[in-house]
Amino acid sequence: MGRYFLKRFVYSLFTILLISSVTFLMMHSIPGGPFTRERAVPDEILKVLNAKYNLDDPLIVQFLNYMGGVLTFDLGPSFSKVGTSVNDLITSGFPSTATVGAWAVLSIILVGIPLGVISALKQGSSIDYSVMLLATFGVTVPSFVIATLIIYFFAGQLGWIPPFGLSTPQSYIGPVVALSGYSLSFVSRLTRSSMLEVLRQDYIRTARANGLSEFSVIMKHAVKNALIPVVTYLGPTIAAIMTGSFVVERIFAIPGIGRYFVESVSNRDYTTIMGVTILYAAFYVMMVLLVDIIYALVDPRIRFEKESKN
Amino acid sequence: MNKRIILAMGTLLLVAGFAFAGGGNQTTPAAPPAAAPAVLNWNLAADPLTLDPGLNGASDGGDIISNTFEGLVRERSGEIFPGMAERWETSADGMTVTFYLRPTNKWSDGSPLTAKDFVYGWKRAIDPATASEYGWIWHYTNVVNAEAANAGEVSLDQVGIRAVDDYTFEVKLSAPTDYFVSLTAFYHFMPVKQSSVEAKADGAWAKDPALAVSNGPFKLTTYTIGGGLTLEKNVNYWNAAEAGLDIINVKFIDNAATAYTAYQTGELDFLNDVPPAEIPKLIAENPEFYIFPLLGTYYYNFNMDLPMFEDVRVRRALTLGIDRDRIVEVMASGQVAAAGFVPPGMPDHLGRDFFETAGNYGIPTDSSGVEEAKRLLAEAGYPNGQGFPEFVLMYNTSQGHQLVAELVQEMWKTNLGINTTLENQEWAVFQDTRKAGNYDVSRGGWLTDFLDPMGLLAIFVDGNAYNDPNYNNPEYNSALRRASTTFGASHFEALYEAQDILMTDLPIVPVYHYTDVMLSSPKVKGWDRSQLGGLDFSRASIQN
Repeated sequence: MGRYFLKRFVYSLFTILLISSVTFLMMHSIPGGPFTRERAVPDEILKVLNAKYNLDDPLIVQFLNYMGGVLTFDLGPSFSKVGTSVNDLITSGFPSTATVGAWAVLSIILVGIPLGVISALKQGSSIDYSVMLLATFGVTVPSFVIATLIIYFFAGQLGWIPPFGLSTPQSYIGPVVALSGYSLSFVSRLTRSSMLEVLRQDYIRTARANGLSEFSVIMKHAVKNALIPVVTYLGPTIAAIMTGSFVVERIFAIPGIGRYFVESVSNRDYTTIMGVTILYAAFYVMMVLLVDIIYALVDPRIRFEKESKN
Repeated sequence: MNKRIILAMGTLLLVAGFAFAGGGNQTTPAAPPAAAPAVLNWNLAADPLTLDPGLNGASDGGDIISNTFEGLVRERSGEIFPGMAERWETSADGMTVTFYLRPTNKWSDGSPLTAKDFVYGWKRAIDPATASEYGWIWHYTNVVNAEAANAGEVSLDQVGIRAVDDYTFEVKLSAPTDYFVSLTAFYHFMPVKQSSVEAKADGAWAKDPALAVSNGPFKLTTYTIGGGLTLEKNVNYWNAAEAGLDIINVKFIDNAATAYTAYQTGELDFLNDVPPAEIPKLIAENPEFYIFPLLGTYYYNFNMDLPMFEDVRVRRALTLGIDRDRIVEVMASGQVAAAGFVPPGMPDHLGRDFFETAGNYGIPTDSSGVEEAKRLLAEAGYPNGQGFPEFVLMYNTSQGHQLVAELVQEMWKTNLGINTTLENQEWAVFQDTRKAGNYDVSRGGWLTDFLDPMGLLAIFVDGNAYNDPNYNNPEYNSALRRASTTFGASHFEALYEAQDILMTDLPIVPVYHYTDVMLSSPKVKGWDRSQLGGLDFSRASIQN
């Protein structure tokens, strides 16, 4: 297992390197640059600016310099916030993003999975129908609509929650609901269908025939196996949620990092594009690796040795 | 319709004016002891790129700087007030301007502020090593050698500014310049404290409360990236007695709907931006909603290098073929249909509004010019648009620009029988395309930063970096050359002449003049706004 883990770890590093190089190349190949403004900066000033940020070096030199910085955890200066480093942007924004993200992930797991299990067990009942109706709603209604409605009713009309920021515990409700809405609904639907399939399996019948209590059949055999596809889905989703959402952070005015994924591209803020891309990529490969480890714990049929032989 | 909108805007401005006057006159009585601090919650709508006056080039940064810093003078609604300089005089030949600073001027850290701080601030802004985005503005100041020094051609020592003594600041101009004194109110011309600036590079000092020493009515006390900042009253400010606010909480909420909800629940008192859909309702119902003219114009460029736009009759027909009043009506944000390129709000040498005086060059803003357009098009060989090649109308991706483009497309089709296709590009890509001239007709927009029509008209001079249509008329070029070296009557005569030529040649289709909207809680009194757009809370107060 140790060797397998090491091998996967090295692969992950390569994946991040590959993502970084492709992103770096793509962002430099699109027109415009970090100093493109409504009122174009005069050529002389542009020259000084480019020299100052070493944007006049050959691309490969810029890339090597940048990656050298990344190795020492220096993500460079932001172009769209003069005098602020990308490290500053991330360290100042990540705590808000991650706190909202963590609550969203928790609610996906603690609400989404149980809802799915219950509606599978009560298949065809009114509980099942109402859970699935809600889940369909969650999957189809985009987060910006949910967020806007929450602000309009709960902040504007009823005054139960503050309309922006993360000043009080109540202020987390809106962003967490909007951020987790889609995934929570998706997870409950996925859990339900996976449960229904597992419940029809032979080994469940065998377990029941062996006289195991219904609780133990459900919890030990059915749920554990039904969760495999859910875990597969959750890994990358957690990476995406923990790095924030442009839409949700913008609507609730949360000073997080989610906005930089979109804004940095339209600003051609090269260093910020790279910084958030690498952060997300690292998170993503880490979660994928974690999912593989969890597989083995959940499903004894999956063993690392089997894969590592290939 | 046009007149009605102008009237409505005028009324709003008047109301705003009374609000200012009211706030200004009723100086807040001395606060009772232990009273709660006067707090203003203001949504700036964006996290400014920088708060360093010398580096800033954006209006959001400018709004903060106009409250944390102060130049030689202050400009409120086009009127000049003393700032750091208590008085100033211009020599008889108009070539030397001397500012006399108040000897009691202090920085927010209590240290004295002298003319040397202005010399440092200005030279730093000029210095090509500073790479200020606004370096180009020195061209228009006419300060001796400033433009050459900005281009690195002469040393900074040769620039015509000096501190005669601690409290006398002297500027030598290469030509008399009417708007020079008002220009010194602009953020680019603020003094900065050398020890602060050098403590943290690239303007980072200005966002660090420990280093952000300033000289305006407020000083920075907190700053959170992407979240907000706090300003506190600067007790060392010369006019602190008139400053009625103790604390300003600034938020960077860029979603207008969220900010508007927070305004309705009372958590915000002042908004720089409101949801566009709410504007018609706010205009009708809310006396605290303000629409201000912005000194700029929204227009379309003809690509003058293309044979299809060679004939001036075609360009004039396309200009007459759109109903600008209707566009403004659909946009519903109080914009003013453009009859020329220079927007309302620019006084000439006789104090008349340039926009009003210039007239509409026979191009009505409504649809009454369509018949003439059809005639011109027929004369040019395209009766009912027959035979005129289909062309592409290009704009940068945005709902607002799309709406205008769709209206124009439909008007050209139904009024003139000319077919166009719409194409949009992402902003940075669009700028490249436009600059390279790879378009048929493209959107343009221009805002000026000083109170002179030259700031707008100069962009269409041959060789100007922003001359997107690639327009070149020697008469136009020479009229502007004359305008840039004269003042008073001859300066403005040259400018009127230039706009005459521009509106005869029509390398562009002016569409409308920009406006700025603001929503203030009724309890906020006495705030001001400079004509160039900076919000000024130096005399504001809260009255519950």
